[in-house]
Amino acid sequence: MISFSWLSAFTPPGKMDEPGNQEQWSELNGYIEITPDNVVKIINPNPEFGQNVMTSFPMIVAEELDADWKNVIVEMGPHDSVKLGPQFTGGSNSVRMYWKPLRDAGASARQMLMTAAAQTWAVSMEEVTTKEGMLYHQKTGKSGTYGEFASKASGIPIPKGVKLKDSKDFKIIRNSKKNVECLKIVSGQPLFGLDYKHEGMLIAMIEHPPAFGMKLKSFDAADTLKMPGIKDVFSLKMYEDGFEQAGFDTRTFNDLLVVVGSNTWEVMNGRKKLKATWEPISESKETISGFRGKNEVTIPAGLESTSNHLEKMAEYAKKTAKELRKDGDPETAFKNAAQVIERTYNAPFLAHNCLEPMNFFAHVTDEKALLVGPLQAPGWTEPTLVKLLKLPPEKIEIQMTRMGGGFGLRAYGHYVYEAALISKKVKAPIKLIYTREDDMTYGIYRPMYTATYRAALDANKNLIAFHVKGGGIPENAIHPNRFPAGAVDNYLAEGWEIPSNITIGAFRAPRSNFNAAAEQSFLDELAEAMGKDPIDLRLELLKRAKEKPVGKNNEYDADRYAGVLKLVKEKSGWGNSENKKYSRGVAAYFCHNSYVAHVVDMVKKDGQPYVERVVSAADCGVVVNPDAAINMIQGAVVDGIGNALYGELTHKDGAAVQNNFHQYRMIRMNEAPMKIEVHFVQNDIDPTGLGEPPFPPVFGAVANALYKSTGKRFYDQPFSTQLNKLSKA
Amino acid sequence: MITLNINKKNYDVDVNPDTPLLWVLRDTIGLIGTKYGCGAAQCGACVVHLNGEAVRSCVTRVRRAEGQKVVTIEGLSEKNDHPLQKAWQELDVPQCGYCQSGQIMSAAVLLNENKNPTDQDIDDAMAGNICRCGTYLRIRSAIKLAADIQRKNG
Repeated sequence: MISFSWLSAFTPPGKMDEPGNQEQWSELNGYIEITPDNVVKIINPNPEFGQNVMTSFPMIVAEELDADWKNVIVEMGPHDSVKLGPQFTGGSNSVRMYWKPLRDAGASARQMLMTAAAQTWAVSMEEVTTKEGMLYHQKTGKSGTYGEFASKASGIPIPKGVKLKDSKDFKIIRNSKKNVECLKIVSGQPLFGLDYKHEGMLIAMIEHPPAFGMKLKSFDAADTLKMPGIKDVFSLKMYEDGFEQAGFDTRTFNDLLVVVGSNTWEVMNGRKKLKATWEPISESKETISGFRGKNEVTIPAGLESTSNHLEKMAEYAKKTAKELRKDGDPETAFKNAAQVIERTYNAPFLAHNCLEPMNFFAHVTDEKALLVGPLQAPGWTEPTLVKLLKLPPEKIEIQMTRMGGGFGLRAYGHYVYEAALISKKVKAPIKLIYTREDDMTYGIYRPMYTATYRAALDANKNLIAFHVKGGGIPENAIHPNRFPAGAVDNYLAEGWEIPSNITIGAFRAPRSNFNAAAEQSFLDELAEAMGKDPIDLRLELLKRAKEKPVGKNNEYDADRYAGVLKLVKEKSGWGNSENKKYSRGVAAYFCHNSYVAHVVDMVKKDGQPYVERVVSAADCGVVVNPDAAINMIQGAVVDGIGNALYGELTHKDGAAVQNNFHQYRMIRMNEAPMKIEVHFVQNDIDPTGLGEPPFPPVFGAVANALYKSTGKRFYDQPFSTQLNKLSKA
Repeated sequence: MITLNINKKNYDVDVNPDTPLLWVLRDTIGLIGTKYGCGAAQCGACVVHLNGEAVRSCVTRVRRAEGQKVVTIEGLSEKNDHPLQKAWQELDVPQCGYCQSGQIMSAAVLLNENKNPTDQDIDDAMAGNICRCGTYLRIRSAIKLAADIQRKNG
């Protein structure tokens, strides 16, 4: 095969705003191969966890390359931040960050092929045209495939600033293309981390403390070592004292008790014979060097329980909190109000519950390391591996498999580091596997949140002040510059936090996933108190934010926000009499640079409220792969309904109460809507993400529909708790 | 030594007869299409066919499969062209894809028993399979499409 490839410096991507711009992405080195028989192989840089980036990224390259999609094959790239950019899957950033660089890559390659053809045909490059993997020169009637010119093109200097297509000329983008890995998925071919095999590979598992706030004291492995297949049992300290963590190095448990054996079942059985004693941790301080600089976090001692958490949150909610934003004079406005509405919302810890439990393969020697598995952010993991393994980056090879879900959890590298250090210790290739119970009880949860919302109305029921005070364990969820900030003259946002030794991390639309539940429920209640339609109230506030914005740093675009509300209003037949049979709830939210609104239509099924239909409207700019984007929104809606109704991870004496799906209720087929209709605002704005934005507003829309269905407001997640009480009453 | 018939092929495996079939398939034989999700018969990612019945291989001891006919996702069709596999591709069902072999294996038993399943039949038959990404609506549609394909194939 003659291959054509090039290394080039393309446009740096936009700023990565969440969870922050860690490293400047100085260049993207696209990598394309074209064979003489005109097969175009496009390397996908970003890890795939179901957002369908294995298809959408190559579509963007192929569009500008003017390739024949039928001849495109896609391969997952290894971790290589120099050639392939930041390779970060998260924050709904993939398409947003790679949009321009991938287009540049395709367009430059096309021009190099055109130049090669022009040179061969001795014609002007300007006269060479392309169509679906073919080159033409109309005047002379000459033509050829990309494959014929690939070898010559690879020697041509990379052109800069090549003109990109006008969006009206898109032929691949905006035309649904099927998931390039679907056949492999439906035929059971190895794709995932757990499927990866390596010669001589052993299986490792970690027996972690039975509770947060505990650590390993001693162990007796004699019985385990007598079990078939068990090779080794040892304790391993992950991080030396004073180890400075990177932002995504969530530490989980530091002293590991590791069992290594020849296969999964034998290691599972060997673990059962371990005799370990655990002791309480003492308070400690951790230094974290994250995106927002270096900070020290106190990890308290003690065995925490959900009941204490709730009490503590209620107590903290009364204390003075940190002011995050203030416009006007909210204190006076509240004092002078004719009516004040105050409501408090609570939400529990949530476990990510990726269906493929955490796992990673590692083969670490004194000279080099090979790490293979499901990982959202290899670029963030590598620097810590360098420190832990004492190997230079070029000796650390990371390969990303397809992920059986991620939802934010796989942005953290703890299981990669654990696998690496275990392999180093046993001097053998190993795969670290978490059981479902390990996965659910190991930590890194969506934090526990609370927020109290207050609204002040004057005698004419005009909204004159808005106040949100939010807290959480161990962080609050407040986004002080989001709607309705900017739309109310007197506005106050405050936050407080309670330290905890329970580990937390990003969970699909971090913080937003709580805010959209609380704030969007509150707005619904507010609309009712003001005697307004809930969509109309939001539109009025957005009009105000557009025409005469209050304060600075408002994060959202009021027009686009209103746009999805108007679209969902129209498409759902909001207010139409034929929809009276439904208990309808609406919510809209902006996060991760996209705008989504949902109307949830509830009926009673077997006597219980059931979301039968959802109409969604989204504005994410250009929709690269429409059918996949619809799938993403439909999935987020189902996920949102499930988590709103059932999601809950509680603790007793430091231990997770739920450890598998018999206790942690997941939404199932019979609880999923019959129809989820998705509409997009049509525009030519550069695309933004969809993995997260459709998720948060589902919570609020469900709560608002439940109110219509039951006559009760739902303030505490999961909503099924209150529903169960109602049906018993 | 236990003799297993998997996807019409015999395998002699030297394992503890109490080992779950899942781990014999995945670790011993190397058929990794059958997935581990919970190990407790709660999620359906590990569904295989045992004499045509859907079983959760994570809680099925391998001795129960001795001398029986086991079919995994790899053996569902000769050319990966089972109506369900076609329908899944036609409607682009998967997101992460991890649960889908279990979903398809559960659906295959449903379609064997019920040539024209209603929404209710599908919900009842599929409630044991979790899809964390929430592709349930497309799974429902794909099962109906597969039923259509199956009827047309006669």
